[in-house]
Amino acid sequence: MTNNQESTTTSVDGSLLSLDKISSSYGPRAAIRQVSMEVKEGSQVCLLGPSGSGKTTILRAIAGFQRLSSGTICINGAIVSNPGYELPTEQRRVGMVFQDHALFPHLTIAENVGAGLRKLTRNRRRKQVLELLDQMGLGAYSERHPHELSGGEQQRVALARALAIKPILLLMDEPFSSLDLELRETMTQEISDFLKSNNITCIMVTHDQNDAFAIASEIGVMRDGQIVQWDTPYNLYHQPANRFVADFIGNGVFVEGTVISPGVIHTSFGELQASHPLELASGTAVEVLIRPDDVVPSSDQQILAKVVRLAFKGAEILYTLETELGGVLLGLFPSHTNYSVGQTIGIQLEVDHVVAFRRLSD
Amino acid sequence: MVAVALMLKPNLWRWNWWTLGAVFLAAIVSLPIIAVFGFAAQPAPDIWMHLLTTSFPFYLRNTFVLLIGVACLVALIGVSTAWLVSMCNFPGRQIFEWLLLLPLAFPAYVIAYAYTDLLEYAGPVQSLLRLHFEWSSPAEYWFPNLRSIGGAIILMAFVLYPYVYLLARSAFLTQSVSTLEISRALGRTSWQTFFLVSLPNARPAIVVGIALASMETLNDYGTVDFFSVPTLTAGIIDVWLGMGSLAAGAQIATMLVFFVVLLILFEKASRRNRRYYQQSSSRYKPLPTYSLNKWRGALAIVICGVPVVCGFLLPVLVLTRLSIIYFSESWTPHFQKLAANSLTVSGMAALLTVALALFISYSRRLQDGKIIQISTTFATLGYAIPGAVLAVGILTPLGFIDNAVDAFLQKHFNLSSGLLFSGTVAAVVFAYIVRFLTIAVGQIESSLGGVALTVDMAARTLGYSARSTMVRFHVPLISGGLFTALMIVFVDCMKELPATLILRPFGFETLATHVFYFASDEMLGQSALGSLTIVLVGVIPVVLLCHLVVRSRDKSPTRLR
Repeated sequence: MTNNQESTTTSVDGSLLSLDKISSSYGPRAAIRQVSMEVKEGSQVCLLGPSGSGKTTILRAIAGFQRLSSGTICINGAIVSNPGYELPTEQRRVGMVFQDHALFPHLTIAENVGAGLRKLTRNRRRKQVLELLDQMGLGAYSERHPHELSGGEQQRVALARALAIKPILLLMDEPFSSLDLELRETMTQEISDFLKSNNITCIMVTHDQNDAFAIASEIGVMRDGQIVQWDTPYNLYHQPANRFVADFIGNGVFVEGTVISPGVIHTSFGELQASHPLELASGTAVEVLIRPDDVVPSSDQQILAKVVRLAFKGAEILYTLETELGGVLLGLFPSHTNYSVGQTIGIQLEVDHVVAFRRLSD
Repeated sequence: MVAVALMLKPNLWRWNWWTLGAVFLAAIVSLPIIAVFGFAAQPAPDIWMHLLTTSFPFYLRNTFVLLIGVACLVALIGVSTAWLVSMCNFPGRQIFEWLLLLPLAFPAYVIAYAYTDLLEYAGPVQSLLRLHFEWSSPAEYWFPNLRSIGGAIILMAFVLYPYVYLLARSAFLTQSVSTLEISRALGRTSWQTFFLVSLPNARPAIVVGIALASMETLNDYGTVDFFSVPTLTAGIIDVWLGMGSLAAGAQIATMLVFFVVLLILFEKASRRNRRYYQQSSSRYKPLPTYSLNKWRGALAIVICGVPVVCGFLLPVLVLTRLSIIYFSESWTPHFQKLAANSLTVSGMAALLTVALALFISYSRRLQDGKIIQISTTFATLGYAIPGAVLAVGILTPLGFIDNAVDAFLQKHFNLSSGLLFSGTVAAVVFAYIVRFLTIAVGQIESSLGGVALTVDMAARTLGYSARSTMVRFHVPLISGGLFTALMIVFVDCMKELPATLILRPFGFETLATHVFYFASDEMLGQSALGSLTIVLVGVIPVVLLCHLVVRSRDKSPTRLR
């Protein structure tokens, strides 16, 4: 009964999920506006954005918890939501993982994971649950209750419970936010590997770019209810579409400059050569994004800079550098460059991906 | 980001059978409340003229005096005891914290019977006095007449003060420590701090407590009837049972509703102010308490001890003594039958009320549209409506339905259905549901509030419908809250007197009506076993409440010095 979509044929463009210009609001406040996106089967994508940007609303709309004021959501080519219709959540076969795990506290781990398998016989259910728990390294916990488990274990149970129903689509809402930093890194790796090797289509929502980079092959950056850039992590970092994305993803500083010829920008640190022509006319005043990894130590003293702050990151050190010319740069150098605060060093810029935005006259 | 995620309430269901069902049930429950006003619009001039010139002024005066008297006295007892147990340190404080709740188990009419037995001319107190002073007739000495409006005020205050105590206590416990400290640092004495800082801060909570106690006062019939100080409630019942006029009863009922509306407005107004008074910061800092010296400690024990002794221990002793003396006369098959009646009617009403409350609360959780919120809010007004008014409001539509069904059957099938609802147990159960739905909804909504919405969402993605999510997950998760609601409603139904008196089928008796009729016939001894049973059953939800109070003590004062 769970799979009574009118059609199970794949849509023309081959995507498992497609959102077509969906909008939704909470009372008078628009939460998402005209959002469109496509997710291919077997891909892991992420919606990344600050709180209140509407990413959770999209997830809820896909799950069927949020009414649309316009637009259409299709799963496998069949309409599941539009402004006049919603296929009930329980018939959508989407798995969902929550920030607070939302395990059923009165049930054991095995019962939690088996909760979605009501239609199977007792024995088959038990067998499937135990297989899944073993696969996720939870075999020993099947008879315990959620409160006896650590945060990471609870999270794996929540994932197992969502995957047990063999969902068409897995939705994860800030799944790692409640975990501490150390656990978070191992968990994201673990879960990423699991999703990829099992070819599970997944949409994750997060405000943490590290989580997003670890899980997703494609990321939609959200702001004020809209997706402002949909791209690979690499491109988001190196070719942000606008200033907001450039600011939100990664570190970096903006340096003033002027376009002097197609692909060449003059800055106080010298001329920067873009690998591809910029769509900015010569003479345009611009801001150029300088990432910490664009700044490298240099022995030829091309640019002199004073170390004003440093943050030790283990293998690397992030230096805040005040250049002679007055601008501040961030530099991420290998850890063996052990400069101290106040020291003056030589640096140079090695910008492989020149990112420049038109400077707003103010 | 967490806060935002919680604010955004997802839509778990749209306009559907849940919503329709909840709105429909809410409408049915609201029917009696609407009917009272409708009926009052119909004229009954003859009876009015008679009433106006005879008893009506007394009803009005008594109601007014009783309300004011009880309000002042419950405020005095409730606030002083709450202040002592939450802000001062004296021997026995922790025991008094929950002992002070016990009088809640007494319906006012039962404590009235107990004290009448204790203090009447032939009772043990006056007999002892006469023996000791060798008086032989009532002319030789003065003894206060308990069966007066003063007596009614004092006795009602002794069983109703816990409403003020409970709310004032929690207000004192959550007050801002820094404000207190600043006040003390500025050189105010502890008395000045109390009157200038703590009392204004707790005022909204105290007003709510007084409003609740006042509603109970308006609802009372047993006491005022027994003490012959007829109020508006007594007026409704006298007019209905004595003169058989529903219209006049309904008109007195609307007068009474006017008092209730005033109380509700009063209460709402102070709740609105509450926001400005309470600061959430530093809420969890322990309160500094005053250590009382020997004499003051003894005084505190007396102040807290008197309400407990007078409101619970002494009347229980009196009733126990009487029950033992009259046991063979009281413990009859008839008594067992009416105890069983009480049990079944109250049990049935409690189960239905809790089921309905669960349905309404869960529908409100699924959908926060305006229509469902307004209609269900209206349906939970029943608690404010005195039982006698409610009974009048129920008789009217039920009589109408009965007549309509009967007429229909007569016309088409030549059959007579007679009275289907009015004058049946169904009417009594319905009255209990309307009156006590508020309590059940409040309890269940706060329990449901403790279950994260993500649990609902998780269950729905796992293939459970809205209904099976409730049955499989919410019901087990809030079973404690459901049980508490069931117990509180059950006991309130058992104690309920005025609506039961008006609506019960001929010859059908419950413990409450039995006790009432025996007492009216001055057979207090024979009624004692019934009274004691009501009180002992009434202790159950009070114990549940005590449990909550004791648990909340984590936040209660710890000594700083």
